[in-house]
Amino acid sequence: MEDALLIHRLHFGFTAAYHYLFPQLTMGLALLLVIFKGIGFWRKDEFYNSAARFWAKIFALNFAVGVVTGIPLEFQFGTNWARFSTFAGGVIGQTLAMEGMFAFFLESTFLGLFIFGERKLGRTGHLVTALLVFLGSWLSAYFIVATNAWMQHPLAWAMAPDGSVKLQDYWGLLLNPWITWQFLHTMCGAVTTGSFVMASVGAYYLLSHKHIEQGKLFARTGILAGLAASLLVAFPTGDGQGKNVALYQPATLAAMEGLFRTQEGAPLAIIGQPDMEKLRLDNPIHIPRLLSFLTYYRWNAEVKGLDAVPRENWPDNVPLLYYSYHIMVGLGTIFIATLAAGAFLLWRRKLYGSRPFLWVLMLAFPFPFIANTAGWMTAELGRQPWLVYGLLRTSSGTSATVSAGNSLFTLLGFLGLYFVIGVLFLLLVLKKINEGPAPNGAVPQGKEA
Amino acid sequence: MEILWFCIVAFMIAVYAILDGFDLGSGIVHLFTARSDAERRTIVNAIGPVWDGNEVWLIAAGGTLYFAFPFVYASSFSGFYLPLMIVLWLFILRALGIEFRHQVHHPLWKAFWDASFSTSSLLLSFFLGAALGNVLRGAPLRSDGYFFEPLWTHFSTEGETGVLDWFTILMGLVSLFTLAAHGAHYIALKTEGVLRHRAHRTARRSWWGVVASSAGAVVAVSIIRPNLLSNFGLAPWGLLFPAAALAGLGGMRVFSERGNDRNAFLSSSLFIGAMLASTAFGLFPRLLPATTDPARSLTAYNAISGSYGLAVGIVWWSIAAVLATGYFLFLFRSFRGKVSLPAEEEGY
Repeated sequence: MEDALLIHRLHFGFTAAYHYLFPQLTMGLALLLVIFKGIGFWRKDEFYNSAARFWAKIFALNFAVGVVTGIPLEFQFGTNWARFSTFAGGVIGQTLAMEGMFAFFLESTFLGLFIFGERKLGRTGHLVTALLVFLGSWLSAYFIVATNAWMQHPLAWAMAPDGSVKLQDYWGLLLNPWITWQFLHTMCGAVTTGSFVMASVGAYYLLSHKHIEQGKLFARTGILAGLAASLLVAFPTGDGQGKNVALYQPATLAAMEGLFRTQEGAPLAIIGQPDMEKLRLDNPIHIPRLLSFLTYYRWNAEVKGLDAVPRENWPDNVPLLYYSYHIMVGLGTIFIATLAAGAFLLWRRKLYGSRPFLWVLMLAFPFPFIANTAGWMTAELGRQPWLVYGLLRTSSGTSATVSAGNSLFTLLGFLGLYFVIGVLFLLLVLKKINEGPAPNGAVPQGKEA
Repeated sequence: MEILWFCIVAFMIAVYAILDGFDLGSGIVHLFTARSDAERRTIVNAIGPVWDGNEVWLIAAGGTLYFAFPFVYASSFSGFYLPLMIVLWLFILRALGIEFRHQVHHPLWKAFWDASFSTSSLLLSFFLGAALGNVLRGAPLRSDGYFFEPLWTHFSTEGETGVLDWFTILMGLVSLFTLAAHGAHYIALKTEGVLRHRAHRTARRSWWGVVASSAGAVVAVSIIRPNLLSNFGLAPWGLLFPAAALAGLGGMRVFSERGNDRNAFLSSSLFIGAMLASTAFGLFPRLLPATTDPARSLTAYNAISGSYGLAVGIVWWSIAAVLATGYFLFLFRSFRGKVSLPAEEEGY
């Protein structure tokens, strides 16, 4: 049974983490596309429209892979996590069904129109479809974050006689205090990814002396949007999210920070390795009292350590949680520094000629994907050993009739299929980037389908 | 409340079958009628802007089932684990076929993704029918309501059943022929000249398959699961559904012969909708009958979610359904008329 639990967790964890590589770019680019379309509309400038048209091609490809890798997640609630669905379907069925009914219809319909209908819809119509695609993709994220928020901080439920939970307060579910910061934090993370990818393509064009004007636009838009987003990721959204964790999941906070011992004036660990035998951080580098201050705005506040929580309620993989969290925070800090340097160069009018910095920018694009993934790993590992925090243990949520072997078989199937998809996706995106934006003013025929 | 949500779920599945049905069917037509690259591109372009939206009906129907009858979702999805994973992989390969084929202009690349698109469309059309067959035949629910069904055993509908047996294969064929005809009607509606001519031929040939397999399926149900027909005796007004299906079946033939593509397409839509409505009417209130003990069957009454949540759900579901209908009308209006093949760079 232990095997089956681990494999079901890996099954969902892998397919979800892989899936989220695509929507984060979708949601980030959706905003940037609206910005390009908006500026093009406002200034009647075809240059921005052709930039939007170029990114729309990458957006469409990315969206398609996001859709096909997203469908297995909805299925897995039933196939691999049947007992969880039986337990919690009466509550999270709301948000999952609403996502399909409100967000997916909106986004899929208007994406078709956005990609194929530029000529038919006219200037205003095309701008409106871009806005609706953006709205649909962010709405979808809201419903998913609301679902996750309920698993992190369940409320608005009542226990039914059969032991499952049922919804008791609709607005309580949709306005869960956990949602606000988590949603904004996630969205700012997505915009960071979209911005880095855009800036990276711009840097590539500038370094290879082609599509120079578009390259400059991409680099500067990516840097400015990315700087704004990565600052917002840290404050107030990341800070707010951290305070929610401290308030509602003290054991999680302690594990994330590697704080084994409850103490007043708790230090912040910058580096260090959790040692699960000696229950301490090996070779730590600490900043004294900072954790107390960041959590409670008081230098001497007491922060609960893992020792305040019974061992069976500790997150079951403390080191992985600790590393995920530290990678997320570390990368986030590096993003702010890098993009601030880019903004400074832009202000001094030195950006487009600074080859070393353009190299950094070009090669930086994988890191926001890593940071976003590490962030979700922090959220999901931090919730352990609970599937629904305090209500349902992860070990009680799997499908009892699906054996470890069957689950391993399909996990390997997904690994293989997704590997192939990943290779092909990269190939096609690189091809599109190499083809580059159409020359200024070349309006495509649109599609008569 | 139970009856309402049963009807809503059945309605959404029917809308899904009609909408995604024609693009799955177009994939089958693609396999059998398109000869040149231009013809293949025409077919893919005919469904290009709409297939993704059509498929959302499946996600939304699944979400609504999860919302209204969570235990049915949990039990059936874990019980039909292996076939569902195969269906997922086919959906992925099919979507990649549509989205990837036009990205590289090399004949082998296109041939590969064409094959991926059309074979997975064909297999999905079959498996979706077989899935319905599994629901009609029932599943071996244990006393706790869960089960695990192997892919096949000895192809009998009794004893230790498998996902594929003679009955579910027959249901798969009903679905395959029906969607082939439905897709051919859609392609005829959207194209001109030789492709339209060949689509008519495919539609006419598939029609005989529809007639034969559906008649076989009706007879088979009356033999192996006669209790699925008892609702029609209790409430004879339900016979309207099979009558409408017969009308649709006749219309498919008549309008296709006359070259009235729009009415032929509406007739096959009516046929699909009415067949599924008849099925739902026969099943009610069962959502997943048990082969082990009828008392274990999952029904709209014993698997329903909480009443507060469902009451709230009616409000937002109605709003969302009106919005979605609006989007679809706008989308299909925007892309109405025959497909004209765009330059290689822009279309599929």
